Amino acid sequence: MAVTATPKIDARRLRADFPVFDRPIRGKPLAYLDSANSAQKPRQVLDAMHEFYAYSYANVHRAVYDLSERSTAAFEGAREKVRALINASSTREVIFTRNVTEALNLVAYSWGLANLGPGDVVVITELEHHANFVPWQQIARRTGAEFRAIPFDDQGELMLESLDELARQGQIKVVAANWISNTLGTINPIEKLTSWAHEQGAIMVVDAAQAVPHRSVDVQALGCDFLGFTSHKLCGPTGAGALWGRAELLESMEPFEMGGEMIRSVSVEETTWNELPYKFEAGTPAIAEAYGMGVAIDYLEAIGLEAIDAHERELVGYAMDRLAELPFVTVYGPPAERRAGILSFNVDGVHPHDVAQMLDFEGVAVRAGHHCTQPLVRRLGVSATTRASFYLYSLPEEVDRLVEGLRKAKDMLG
Amino acid sequence: MSEFDQLYREVILDHYKNPRGHGVMEHADAEAEGQNPLCGDEVSIYVAFGEDGDTIDDVMFSGRGCAISQAATSMLTEMVKGRKASEVAAMPKEELLEEIGIPLTPVRLKCAILGLTTLRLALHKGKGTPLPDGLAELEDLELK
Repeated sequence: MAVTATPKIDARRLRADFPVFDRPIRGKPLAYLDSANSAQKPRQVLDAMHEFYAYSYANVHRAVYDLSERSTAAFEGAREKVRALINASSTREVIFTRNVTEALNLVAYSWGLANLGPGDVVVITELEHHANFVPWQQIARRTGAEFRAIPFDDQGELMLESLDELARQGQIKVVAANWISNTLGTINPIEKLTSWAHEQGAIMVVDAAQAVPHRSVDVQALGCDFLGFTSHKLCGPTGAGALWGRAELLESMEPFEMGGEMIRSVSVEETTWNELPYKFEAGTPAIAEAYGMGVAIDYLEAIGLEAIDAHERELVGYAMDRLAELPFVTVYGPPAERRAGILSFNVDGVHPHDVAQMLDFEGVAVRAGHHCTQPLVRRLGVSATTRASFYLYSLPEEVDRLVEGLRKAKDMLG
Repeated sequence: MSEFDQLYREVILDHYKNPRGHGVMEHADAEAEGQNPLCGDEVSIYVAFGEDGDTIDDVMFSGRGCAISQAATSMLTEMVKGRKASEVAAMPKEELLEEIGIPLTPVRLKCAILGLTTLRLALHKGKGTPLPDGLAELEDLELK
């Protein structure tokens, strides 16, 4: 008997976990094709958070009563789930943040301000989300360091042949790249970039916002130095995210925000910092949200991240085949076999806002705009694109409805 | 009426497909560029004044945008021709929205008034009329 290599998920059955699909949108079943923006929430996460807030909630790390101990256990339990999800060696290396933007700002401000100066170079990619672009650009400006971007080619893939030239520009200190482009779905060669960064003596910072919710991630195998992701894209609540960093780097860094929780002792003369990870967690954290993120991680792991990845790749392949039937649609980015479940495109003669509006009339939710990647979109030679993105609950018939909606948009407005 | 017909009413589609005053004006008396940061759309507005130096003789626009922003800017050019700069600078946005006459969500509202905001910026640069709301604090930036 042959063994099936890739496990399959039953998206139709999983869909029943998500209350949002129970109610029609504009009288039609919801086709939610905007998960790269934010994922929908399963009942398991919503119920667990409700239970937690109702019966286990108190502030963490402060009190000796039972409720606070339970709350702290739930919060720290979530940290362990994050650790295991990305195979970090210790929970000391897992810092809870508000989102991936805060995680990346933490590194840029705390590590960047202390370690960058004139003659140094910060390298990002032209595929970056503004969250991994603007903080580095501004910190480079403040410290006098150079700021350079690795360009991408006509298939939306990084031009690694430009790396040698970049290395001649100065001492490269930081390489910051997203694992998966949120606009094009390009899967970046993050292992290669990490090796190259280390050859240059630079640290490697990975924006894994679009990777962690969709594929297995192992920070030790990858060998990068920092990696950030966010809860709301992996079926968890908003307001929680995580930064993983190498302990020796985190230990050498100054705190990013200051206040309660992050101190060891405070006096008028001097303040000393708490141990990792609390040094970077000033103030009352998003307790229930961190807990909810942990529940979402359990939910995804029970389904299997490899299976989720396989499901999305199958859908993106199907979507690209179907869109190829429409001569008036231009799809950007790499071929299906080298792409995550994200698809950016334009309809000839119809603005992306109007495309998204027309799709909304059909109950199909997509994003239109620059997707917080203005340099990327400008490089494509357009002002905006329409983007469809998939997750574990996405179905082929939603792709069919997308295609029908695009035909209508072209008919009515093109 | 269908949702499509409510939003993309005939007059909107007409202005979108046949925009009035579309193009670049050489030797404009005043001009400005505006951006909608939500979608990256850009519009340039050009104004020519009449002999009195105050009456708007001609208005043109160029740039890219959605049907709502293109149609609204096209309608705007028809609305302001022959009016005084000071009057247009003080024109409430409701006057334009009434003309557009469609239900607009907060996001689409930004599309609809991009042209008007940019026109008022051009008038400010050309005639020193007050800046539109929300742009006053950007004066130095916008005028450089």
